[in-house]
Amino acid sequence: MKILKKRYAMVIDTRSCIGCGDCVVACKTENKVPEGLCRDWVVQEISGTFPNLEMEHRSERCNHCENPPCVSSCPTGASYILDMTNITLVDEDKCTGCKACVASCPYDARFIMPEGYISKCTFCHHRLEEGLLPACVSTCPTICMYFGNLNNPFSKVSRLLRARKWKVLKPEAGTKPMVYYLV
Amino acid sequence: MNANEIVITTNKLNQHIDPQLHIWGWEVPVYLFFGGLAAGILIITALAIIYDKEKELPYSYNKLALFAPIGLTLGMIALFFDLEYKLHVFRFYTTFQVTSPMSWGSWILQLFYPASILVILGTIKKGWPWIYEKIKNIPMMEKIILFSERNLKTIAYISIPIGVSLGIYTGILLSAYVARPFWNSSILGPIFLVSGLSTALALVLILTKDKHEQHFISKVDLGVIITEITLIALFIIGMQTGSAIKIESIGMILGGAFTTKFWIFFVGIGLFTPMVLEILELKGKAVPKMLPASLVLFGGLIFRFIMVSAGQVSTWVNY
Repeated sequence: MKILKKRYAMVIDTRSCIGCGDCVVACKTENKVPEGLCRDWVVQEISGTFPNLEMEHRSERCNHCENPPCVSSCPTGASYILDMTNITLVDEDKCTGCKACVASCPYDARFIMPEGYISKCTFCHHRLEEGLLPACVSTCPTICMYFGNLNNPFSKVSRLLRARKWKVLKPEAGTKPMVYYLV
Repeated sequence: MNANEIVITTNKLNQHIDPQLHIWGWEVPVYLFFGGLAAGILIITALAIIYDKEKELPYSYNKLALFAPIGLTLGMIALFFDLEYKLHVFRFYTTFQVTSPMSWGSWILQLFYPASILVILGTIKKGWPWIYEKIKNIPMMEKIILFSERNLKTIAYISIPIGVSLGIYTGILLSAYVARPFWNSSILGPIFLVSGLSTALALVLILTKDKHEQHFISKVDLGVIITEITLIALFIIGMQTGSAIKIESIGMILGGAFTTKFWIFFVGIGLFTPMVLEILELKGKAVPKMLPASLVLFGGLIFRFIMVSAGQVSTWVNY
């Protein structure tokens, strides 16, 4: 059972990312995200003291945590984990818009749809079912985004995480995030 | 030389989420206030019944309980306003999610209504005779009233854990979020319970006309306020001795944006002043009875407003 379960991870190479925002546009187009809202976003972080500056671009989204507080805090079961994966989804039919999940996410990845239910990145699970990659990954022009199953030791993501130095966001929040950043 | 500077920019600007979380407005603090008040009312009445204090505490024993379901209903109306997808409100009651405080809360609310209504019916003949006259002809009502009167003590014993759970729940609702460091302290449970109890005692002080009851409730309220001050101190100590993110979040009331509101309006006007006034009153000084009680109610409400807004400002995200 454990091996059959897919541990989906996204690996993003911050050294190749140029912060173009194509991933954001691809997501908005693919998932018909309403105007003014976004499921993924780009963060530009500049640190240091002039002239010794360093710049990092990160394409961020829901981390599809292995210990997702949004799922455990949901009072109706609308926030759930897709069977045999770590993908967290929202069943809009069960969602009351109480916003417990929004409050519980350390990454502020969730938002309120104009209709009233909560939405966020789905890792494009509807595309995965057809054997396609998430829209953001497939559109990235610098090919700095990778997606795959960490339970498969030969997958690209597993190999990248073995070969390169990486970080995840706010590991100290204890949510076991599954979006990795190569540094 | 300047310290290492970090500049962060992003295109993310989701409504109510960025740049600062603002998902809960006036509705949630008002709900927490009425929830705590209702819990306190049920606990006070149940204790008066268990200890047979009908003569000493006539208002608490016979009349007060009526305000428990009324208060809770006002709170639940506020909560309903907060829901973004109101048509789906029934979804709370088609499931029970064991890890979700809100799910526990919604079921506790459903236990609270029958318990408080049975307590009201058990004392209605003496407490609210005009209501009794109006409802006695409803079929089965006489039987239910008789049942409540006969089993009043048992109902009171059952009401205590229900009231305590509701009171604690109003705090745990906030404290169960790792994502909001300012809330993430289990002591919020006891603080909200004690604060709710204090507001309920204040309500008795305002409503009762019995001098002995006023004096006794004043004394109890003084103890409860002192307990609340102690718990608030423990909350601050716990945060201040915690990890970096907790120290940063408690900074909001220790010099940060919420300092004035917290210390002047809540601690000063809502806790300390009524405590001093109640001490003076117990020493025999003439203090208008409405004053400390109104301040306690004000303090309880402002406390929940401050907690709900400060918690939403505290975050792990630094952009």
